[in-house]
This record gives sequence, structure tokens and C-alpha cells, in this order.
Amino acid sequence: MFSYLLRRLVSGTVVLGIVSAIVFGIFFILPADPARLSCGKTCSEELIVKIRHTLELDQTLPVQYGRFIKGIFVGRTYLKGTPAELNCTAPCLGYSFQTDQPVTALLKDRLPATASIAFGASILWLLIGLSSGIVSALRRGTWIDKFSQGVALGAASLQIYFVGLVLQFIFVNKLAWLPAPGYSSPLHYPVDWVKQMALPWITLAFLLSAIYSRLTRAGMIEIMGEDYVRTARAKGLSNRTINMKHVLRGAITPIVTVFGLDLGGLLGGAVITEYVFNIPGLGKLSTDAVANLDLPVITGTVIFSAVFIIVANILVDLLYAVLDPKVRIQ
Amino acid sequence: MTSILKVEGLTKHFPGSKHSLFGKRDLIQAVDGLSFDVAAGEAIGLVGESGCGKSTTGRLITRLLEPTAGKIEFNGIDITHLSNAQMRPIREDLQIIFQDPYASLNPRHTVGTIVASPFRIGGITPEGGVKKRVQELLEIVGLNPEHYNRYPHEFSGGQRQRIGIARALALRPKLIVADEPVSALDVSIQAQVINLLKDLQTQFDIAFIFIAHDLAVVRHFAQRVAVMYLGDIVEIADRDTLYSKPKHPYTKALLSAVPEVDPDAIGSRERIRLTGDVPNPINPPSGCRFRTRCWKAQDICATSRPQLLQIGSSQVACHFPE
Amino acid sequence: MSAFLEVKDLCVSFPTEDGVVRAVDNLSFTLEKGKTLGIVGESGSGKSVTSLAILGLHKGSSAHVTGEILIDGQDINAMAENEVQSLRGNLMSMIFQDALAALHPYYTVGNQIEEAYLVHNKVSKAVAKKRAIEMLDRVGIPDPHKRVDDYPHQFSGGMRQRAMIAMALSCNPSLLIADEPTTALDVTVQAQIIDLLRDLQKEFNTAIILITHDLGVVSETADDILLMYAGKEIEFGTVREILQKPHHPYAWGLLSSIPRLTGNPDKALAAIPGTPPSLISVPSGCAFHPRCSYVSRVGQACSASIPELAPTSAGAHHLVRCHLDSTIRENIFNSEVAPNL
Repeated sequence: MFSYLLRRLVSGTVVLGIVSAIVFGIFFILPADPARLSCGKTCSEELIVKIRHTLELDQTLPVQYGRFIKGIFVGRTYLKGTPAELNCTAPCLGYSFQTDQPVTALLKDRLPATASIAFGASILWLLIGLSSGIVSALRRGTWIDKFSQGVALGAASLQIYFVGLVLQFIFVNKLAWLPAPGYSSPLHYPVDWVKQMALPWITLAFLLSAIYSRLTRAGMIEIMGEDYVRTARAKGLSNRTINMKHVLRGAITPIVTVFGLDLGGLLGGAVITEYVFNIPGLGKLSTDAVANLDLPVITGTVIFSAVFIIVANILVDLLYAVLDPKVRIQ
Repeated sequence: MTSILKVEGLTKHFPGSKHSLFGKRDLIQAVDGLSFDVAAGEAIGLVGESGCGKSTTGRLITRLLEPTAGKIEFNGIDITHLSNAQMRPIREDLQIIFQDPYASLNPRHTVGTIVASPFRIGGITPEGGVKKRVQELLEIVGLNPEHYNRYPHEFSGGQRQRIGIARALALRPKLIVADEPVSALDVSIQAQVINLLKDLQTQFDIAFIFIAHDLAVVRHFAQRVAVMYLGDIVEIADRDTLYSKPKHPYTKALLSAVPEVDPDAIGSRERIRLTGDVPNPINPPSGCRFRTRCWKAQDICATSRPQLLQIGSSQVACHFPE
Repeated sequence: MSAFLEVKDLCVSFPTEDGVVRAVDNLSFTLEKGKTLGIVGESGSGKSVTSLAILGLHKGSSAHVTGEILIDGQDINAMAENEVQSLRGNLMSMIFQDALAALHPYYTVGNQIEEAYLVHNKVSKAVAKKRAIEMLDRVGIPDPHKRVDDYPHQFSGGMRQRAMIAMALSCNPSLLIADEPTTALDVTVQAQIIDLLRDLQKEFNTAIILITHDLGVVSETADDILLMYAGKEIEFGTVREILQKPHHPYAWGLLSSIPRLTGNPDKALAAIPGTPPSLISVPSGCAFHPRCSYVSRVGQACSASIPELAPTSAGAHHLVRCHLDSTIRENIFNSEVAPNL
């Protein structure tokens, strides 16, 4: 078990190294000059040379990459030994070209909004998706099943920017029941937090619960045909116990896996949702960074979301071993 | 008599799971040091319970699996480590029939295509053309030759097994390995297929290795029978000797466990009940592998592995044979 | 006095795209406590469908079940699902062929036995666990207090079937249905399980319905045999009547076609020609007539009308469904079939 975890962490780190190297390489493949990008409007050749030196862009590529990686683990110091010495503590991902803020601080600043979207929406879509899937499976072939699966099929084929904009138009612009989506701290303004997050949650949950509903329904129906469900009936268990204990237990395992990966992906940035609702999360941070060619921020967000996905993968595999006793971790 | 197949010290160890990062991988000792011969035209039965390695043996002989050690000599040629390409001409003489007539036929091919596949693979055109030969083969195995263009799903289980037999027969092989050919079939169909295989064996003088768990079925097919337990042969003898005077305790127990159809004969038979299940082939018992379930086991059985020795007309691997 | 189990005119049919399939057609039989009835047939004969009907397990499916299934005088078929639920696993229980598939892979063996006990007994979890260990011990699982926390995949095939039996017997049922309980097992383990079932039956006076295709297994365990073909009962009698003096040509065919450890092994087996019919297109008249070698001795009737289930010359207990005359059947068996067995 421990050695398994160790191996997974090592291989995860290797993947991160590759991801970071690729993203870092983009700096140099791009036609744009990073020094000019960070220079701003009042720029001169002198200034560019100075910036190039400040950002250590005058070093060779391997040296730069090495210092970048070192910065993540132990921090780094720009312009060492000069009066303008700039100390960037670990984990250092450099400074934004646009705002000159440390990328780490930006990520820390934006994470709560993204986490709010991801966790809120996931609770909602699990509730809706699982319950409608279960009801559909138990009432297979009835109008409830046909209706909910019809809605699910429709929802799964819609796009976030369409549903999101329609909902925003109705509830914010026309009815004015909700404020414009945004982010307030749930610790200080819990009511505003819920009101502002409501539309992103509903939009994401609407689409994802459709997928989960279909997954749950298909899983339940498959398990209902298993021999061990017939055994459970032969024992004299009530239908409720059979469905909620034996069938659901069998059907839930693959759903947990998909859920872990979805959540991990979302935590790295609910890109489209944040963009559509203009929420200052990681996704918005990365789309803005791409629009402005803010290379340190792009690198930072990509590595950050890769970490989430890798961690989610490891957690899902561990969880799978807990849920399925036949899987022995080794 | 010339032997068509000689197997010496045949061994197959499958890699099992690992228990720690740098620890050794478990080895599943599916077949461990098996030796036997098959004479040309002879029908030999290979019986044993699940996990005894009988199916693995069949797959090793037909080189669907790569042996870990030992030697397989077929028709005078050492085929132990031949590549797929080198095996191709040899497969004309060495065919296999599988247990599951549903899984072993490609559902998207017609019966004609399936039965003709050995010709295609071998690049052989039989006299009178492929189609004529395939129809002859279908007739030989008792299928309607007009059903050449039908698909496997249009046939019953027994008929599908006949299709598999026709395919194995196509190139007039010298040896056919039949791996549990009747165990998936209904009782009333089993007899048809056993009779068919037996007819073919005598008519075309094909050697057969008949792998089965059912001792009564093997008795009706084989001239010689080898009993396997945990990857090794414990007894090998001609049929009548093995069934009437079994020498190995395991053979005795196995025969005694076969349920008796005649209610009046039940009381008259010796009843031997083995306890427990077959041990795990990852960690087989030391010495004689059967000793953990044997009522005759002594200290020597744990320390020394008995060799297959000639006793009367049987070969037995036991320290205390009957 | 009426029998412990009495099945009267049981019919089970399923609607399919190709029309209504009659999987079980007018089946009647009785069974007393402490006795074993072997239901024998090939695939599609309706033997498993019958067993599920007795437990009322077709309720809630598309199957249409008619007739009466009386256990201690209560009609299972007339009961509502929740009434039958209180009897399943309690008054009557069932074990299945493939114990690995029939046990839930995600719950421990102990948990599954406890559950069966708890649903019918108002006791604490601790008491139920004690019961599970006691039952595992009774069916011969070594170290039951340790193995009770194992998952099914950690058991060997024979132990899993023992655990299934422990689960089925945890509430001391009066009726146990065993559906091919040893088919998936090795012969030496099969012999152990047969012995175990026989011992348990003696101890608890259970009525057992044993469903199998194996005449050897049924010979070693059953008192009576019911032979089914294409959904119909074609012969019923004691083990000796069916296995030593059967009256139906299908029974003759089965007995002659099975390979045995005795007799001349070099003689070809007397195989039954053809294949068991599909229930979608059952032959007219006697369903066995296309495969029967004695049709010519009867004539048109075999394909025209379904023979009645009638007593043989052996007595009222031995029933057979065949157009051949009872004495002719005896002659054929004695002169043509018996000498070749």
C-alpha cells in the first residue's frame, strides 16, 4: 500500500516535470518576446534589455528551466546582489507580466472562487444525477424514466455558454431574482456567496447531472441483472434494501471514479463557466493570461491544474481499492 | 510404435502478483516438469480437477503458450521455442479444439470461411477446390453441407462444436488437442460429439489428447489416461488398468467421487472423501503435492517428491502406491 | 393430510418478440419434509424457471405465472410480494450454481449471512454474527471466526458453495431449492457438497428440490425424480423407477447416452439424435417426437396430440407422458434398452 502510493507519487512527479517542461518550452517557441510583453506601453530597447536581465531571459534554456524548477521547490532570488534584489519564496512560479504580482499569490487568490464552483456544483449534480438515475432505473420504461432520460439527453447535448447565458438573461436581467454572478467570501458574506454562485452551480450541475443520471441508470440496470441481486431477493430482503444496498453498492463504484476525475479537472479551473459568468477563478485567470500572453501565469495555471488532475487520479485509484475489495493495491 | 509427440520436463510458470516494491513476483506453477509420450494414432486422456494444469498443457503443446522450461518434440521436430512463423507449417499437423463453442468461432465469419481458414492460413488449395473440401468436411462432422454460408449463431451448441471439429480436421492433422470438447454441451448432445470424435480418430488415424475433468467421458474416448494434480502427472496407465486398478490414491479418490447413476450400485462402491480443495499453485505443498489431502501421507511425502515409476503396467508417482 | 409442498398446474410464460413462450407448462408435483425431489432436464426444459416460481421470484417481472404453489397450505402464487418476502430465506430458501456470481462481491461472507438472518429475526448484530460463525462452522469452513470477515473472492470454489449453503440454512428453512449446486465444482468437491447437503437434510428435516442435469448427482441424493422436457413434466417416479425402469423414450435416451465408469467403453454411446427444442418453436404433439426412435410404433398421434401424464403399469406413483402403450414400453425397455446400459 505504502509502496504503491510512493510509486504513484514518483510517477506523478515525473508527469508534472514533463508538463512543466513543455509549457516552459512554449516561452521560446512563441514568436513573442517575453521581455517585450512584460515591458508595457512606455517601452524602450534599453528597458527591454534590462527586463531581459531581470527575468534572467539572457540565460540558456536549460539554466532557465533549472532555476524555474528550483524556484518551485526552494524559491529563487532575481537580481541577486543588486539593490533591486527580488526575493521570491517557494513555491515560486515567477511574476505576472501584466500585474507584476507573484503567480503563486494570484493562484492562491483565485482558488477559492474555483473551489466554490467545483464543490457546490458537484454536490448539486451528484444529488440530482444519482437520484434521477436511481428513479429512472427503478421505474424503467415508465413516463418518469422516459421524461428524465429525455431531459438528460437534451441537457447533455447543450453547452455551458448557451445554458449559462440563457439562465443569466432570465434570472438576472429579466426577473432580477439574483445578482450578477461573482465571488464573495463565504466566510464573511455567506448569503451573497450563495446568490452569486447559484447560476454557475445550476448551469454546471444541469449539464453534468445529465451525464451522471445516465451513468447511474445504466449501472443500476446492469447490476439488477446480476446473480447476487437474485440471491438478495431469495433471502427475503425488501426491494428497498435490495436496491439501496445491493444494487446501488454495485453500481456506485464506477461513478465514484468518474466523479473524482471530474472534480479534479474542475478544481484546476472551471474555464468555460468562469468565463461565461465572469467569475475571478483559476479558469478566468488562465483564459485572461492566454489572451494577454502572460506566460508565467499560463505556466503556473497549467502546472497547478495538472497537480489537481494527478492527485485526483491517485485518490480515485486508492478509493477504488477501498470500494472494491477485489482490487488489491500493490 | 513411433511416437508423434514427446514431452519432457514441460514447465510453465505464470507471473503472479508482487507484494512489495522490490519484492519477488509470485510464480503460479501451472505446469511443473511434465513428461509423457503420445503414439501416432493414439487417443490419450488428460484428466484432473481445475487448476491441475491440463488446459495449460494443451496450450503449451499447441504452442499457444510459451513454455518456461522443458522440451516438446512433435513428429521428430523440437517445437519448444519455435516462432509463430516457424510453427505455421507444423500447425497443419497439430490442431486444437476448444471447450466453448460460442467463444471459439468468429461470429462475423460464415461457417465456410471458418472451416476453410486452415487452408487460407497455410496457403493450401485442396484437390477439387476449397469449397468442395469444406462441404466434405461439414458432411464428415454431420452438418448439412448446404449450410456453408450460414453464421455460427444460427447453430446450436453441439453443432458449433462440430464446426470447430471440421476446422481442426481440415488439414488432416496428425494430432488434435481437444480441450474439454463436450463439457459445455447438454447431456444428450455430449454423446453425439464423443461418438463423432471417436469415429474420426479411428477413421483417419489421428492421435488425440483429450483433456477433460469428467473421468467417465475420458473412459469412453481414450486408450491411455494420464491423471494430473497441481501441474504434474500422478499416474498414467492404459485405460482398463487405470479404471479397474488405480494405483495412485488421488486416482482412487477421483474415481470414487464420480456420482453413480445406478441407485443400487451406490452402496457397493468404495467411498473415499477427500477433504478441502486443491491447494494454491502459487505455493504448492513440498514433496508430494497431493500429500495435504492424502490419507496415506507419511513424513517422506513432505520431504521428497515422488517420481513417475513403472509399477506393473502403470506409471505412478507415489511413495505408497496401492 | 396434504403434502408439505404441493404444486398444482403451474404454468410460467414470458412474452417475447416472437410471441408468448411457455417455459413451464402444467406442472404438478408434491414433496414431503425430509425428502428430496430431483428435477432433471437439459437447457430450456424449464427446471430453473420452476424453481424461481416456487420462491415467487417471478413476481414483478414480465412472467405470467398461473396455478397454485402450496407450502404448508399457503399459496405462494396468490400472495402479494411483501408476504412472500417474509417467507423467502425463512420458510424456503435457495442456493445457486455459480456461488461466485451469486454472492455480492463487495460485502463480506459474514455480512451476507448476517443479513439473511437479521431480516427474519429480531436480534442484535452481534447475535447475527455469532449465528453466521456458527453456520460457517456447521458447513465445514475452517477457522470460521476468521473467515467470516473474508470477501467471497477470498474463498475457494467449494468454500463459496458452503457459504451459500450456510446463508440459505441460517433461518432453518423447511424447503431448500438447490439449482445445479455442484455443476461448477470439481468432482471431489462435488462429492463433499452432496454429503453435506445430505447430512444437513437429516439434521434439519428439510425438504430439498435439487435441480440438475446430472443423473449421477440425482441418483445419489434424491428420493423422487421429475423429468422435464421443453417445459413439460414427461416422467415422474422414485429414483429407482426412473433410473432403473424408466418408461419415457427420452429417459431411455438419457440413460443410454451418458458415459459411465462401468460397461463396455468401446461401444459407441447411444446418443439421442437432434437437439433439445427451442421454447419459441416447440414441436407439435409430444415435444420429443422429432428425436424419438419409437414414433413409428404409434403413428400420427405423436405429432398430433400431447400425451396425457398417466400412471404406468408400475403403479399410481410412477407417471409418464407418452403415447406408447404401457406394456409395449416395458417390453421395449427390457429387450432393447436395458441390455445396453
